[in-house]
Amino acid sequence: MIGQLTSSERQNAAVIAVVVAIAGMVMAALGRSDALGVHGVIVMLFAGGVLYILMSTFYEPEPTEDREASYYDDPIKVGIALSMAWAVFGMFMGVWVAAQLAWPDLAFDAGWSSFGRLRPTHTTGVIFGFGGNALIATSFHVVQRTSRARLAGQISPWFVLLGYNLFCVLAVSGYLIGVTQSKEYAEAEWYADLWLVVVWVTYFILYIRTIARRKEPHIYVANWYFMAFILVVAILHIVNNLALPVSWGHAKSYTIWPGVQDAMVQWWYGHNAVAFFLTAGFLGMLYYYLPVRAQRPIFSYRLSILSFWGITFFYMWAGSHHLHYTALPHWVQTLGMTFSVMLLVPSWASAGNALLTLNGAWHRVRDDATLRFMMAAAVFYGLSTFEGSFMAIRPVNSLSHYTDWTVGHVHAGALGWVALITFGSLYTLVPSLWKRERMYSAALVEVHFWLAIAGTLIYVFAMWNSGIIQGLMWRTYTEEGALAYSFVDSLVAMYPYYIARAFGGLLFLIGAVVGCYNIWMTVRALPAAVAAGADVPVTPVAIPGE
Amino acid sequence: MADTFHRKIERSAIGFVLAIIAAASVGGIVEIAPLFTIDETVEQAPDMRMYTPLELAGRNIYVREGCYACHSQMIRTLRDEVERYGPFSLAVESQYDRPMLWGSKRTGPDLARVGGKYSDFWHVAHLNNPRDVTPESNMPAYRWLGRTSLEMDDLPMHLAAQQALGVPYSDDMIENAARDAYGQATPDTDFAAGVTERYGEETQVSAFDGVTTHVTEMDALVAYLQVLGRLTGAAYENTAAPEAKPEPEG
Repeated sequence: MIGQLTSSERQNAAVIAVVVAIAGMVMAALGRSDALGVHGVIVMLFAGGVLYILMSTFYEPEPTEDREASYYDDPIKVGIALSMAWAVFGMFMGVWVAAQLAWPDLAFDAGWSSFGRLRPTHTTGVIFGFGGNALIATSFHVVQRTSRARLAGQISPWFVLLGYNLFCVLAVSGYLIGVTQSKEYAEAEWYADLWLVVVWVTYFILYIRTIARRKEPHIYVANWYFMAFILVVAILHIVNNLALPVSWGHAKSYTIWPGVQDAMVQWWYGHNAVAFFLTAGFLGMLYYYLPVRAQRPIFSYRLSILSFWGITFFYMWAGSHHLHYTALPHWVQTLGMTFSVMLLVPSWASAGNALLTLNGAWHRVRDDATLRFMMAAAVFYGLSTFEGSFMAIRPVNSLSHYTDWTVGHVHAGALGWVALITFGSLYTLVPSLWKRERMYSAALVEVHFWLAIAGTLIYVFAMWNSGIIQGLMWRTYTEEGALAYSFVDSLVAMYPYYIARAFGGLLFLIGAVVGCYNIWMTVRALPAAVAAGADVPVTPVAIPGE
Repeated sequence: MADTFHRKIERSAIGFVLAIIAAASVGGIVEIAPLFTIDETVEQAPDMRMYTPLELAGRNIYVREGCYACHSQMIRTLRDEVERYGPFSLAVESQYDRPMLWGSKRTGPDLARVGGKYSDFWHVAHLNNPRDVTPESNMPAYRWLGRTSLEMDDLPMHLAAQQALGVPYSDDMIENAARDAYGQATPDTDFAAGVTERYGEETQVSAFDGVTTHVTEMDALVAYLQVLGRLTGAAYENTAAPEAKPEPEG
């Protein structure tokens, strides 16, 4: 892990770990009688673990060759492993909470395992654990290859990756012990949020400095998306999480935004977390790994420009479509709806650009499950962005809002788009990163593909059915003009779909486990095949990037 | 021409960063900033009171347990919602809510006006095991709330934090927060009178979980559920509401 660090860098890394451990100690002391203390201990253990690894390899030989002549891939490898581990954890939690909706006694009469506490461990686990680690790992890979320059830091990539995972651990463990802001997709409390700001600013500086070192005159389109992802997520995270802790010894805080303003800020955050975390970042992946795998250049440069700026500008207006018919002023709802519909243009520009890139490579889509993952992802991206614009229309939203249709829509995006593009990218990346000729088993990639597709379709169809039935039952009147169904009637109608949904999720989880095994065996069982020297930066012969 | 212009931007990392910030900022600024200045965003409700310390503690339990994942607290301006749940929600009703708990999903029913619809006893039985009351329910059982003592010592700090953010708690309320929390759940003690004195005669003082010797998390959560929709009567005025504001129990 630290073979690339000089001894003075190893010392600096150790100092950082000690500082973090001391911060954990302070948290543990201040929060003695509070959940904050538990998190202090977790921070100490995490930093102690990093320190232990550092110390036990401290006197290993230092790097001798010129580091600038090779890419910095160690943090990427660890990032891929962490991403897959979080995928299995997060998807398992998803299957568990899905099963709880059908069989509520699966909470086993304990506080930590009740639906309300487990549900954010699923969302955080898959979005931030699986998705976030995959984004960090692939962004490190893409920015180096497209800039033909090594990452602009030796310790900072590790700090970003491990620091980010510390945030995820604090978030997920917090929900289990009852630490949450109950702000959807921003549940982690103030100290974890502050820590994430530190990590994220480091990430941004590292990224922008690497781009500044590039040996290519132009910044490649994948990096536009990664930059937008890093920048805008920082803005969203800071604004939405502004809060006043009850005291320095309390994990609990109160957000500075009250009532209706909080609702608007929350969904401005929430919808743009979808836009800039789950869309922009993964479009960055798509714009690099899809053309690489298809061996075709991106279809249209102009479409890339149109879709990038369209997404960056329009998405930020769309959040208020989560608040149709609520106490939010009407004009804000109307703006949100309008921009949500307009968003279809840049969204389909991206999806179309991806699919047209495959022209001339459809035989590869047929034969290569990895490329098919990415093709299917682009299709699901097109479908779920269409669905999203449709559901943002006020009268449609009156039916769909508060129902399982929303859940189905989110999963069409999260499973069909985010997870499929990630698996496709990782199956492209893993052999090249570990210098293997191919993945361990093409058949297992094929198995994973069909499990993922089957799981996604079962899930989404179950939720479409249940959501629309629910919405219709709530608004059905008898001929006498009374409501036809009680709430419980609508719940009873949901049970078959909840069981189907849990089954679909289970298939998807099994697919991810198969993927883990395949990646593990690729690294462990296949011999290194690609000759060294093929995949290196432009050697620094004094050509400055700018 | 657009091509050549863009080819310039994409050669400059800093230029690109600034362009992203500029493009991404507009929407948020236009939609969010006016909400703080336009008077019509939040209606006036002179009769509105704050949460009592016990209700606030109950609200924090609701937050902690993630109840918002299945229950909304926002009745939309739709006929079937108004007939099912009561008058549509007004912005002023959540003016002291940090965070707001409007929710995004109804696996269970909306709770914006659940206060006063059921007895305390019903709520306790339902939280202990929802299937005892509604056999078809898929809600988790919250038996342990009744076994867990409510942490009341730090309630003054909670109220002080709310005050710092602009909720009009008086210093008297902050000072007495722990006593008032105890008093609201123990109607037979001397502490009970202070609650109605500080928070109004309509405040429900009750042995919510049926046990007066011991204040539990169950007391706090039920106290919160019973006040939902009853902090102000504003929603029942000038609307086509089919019903009157529920009266507090005697």
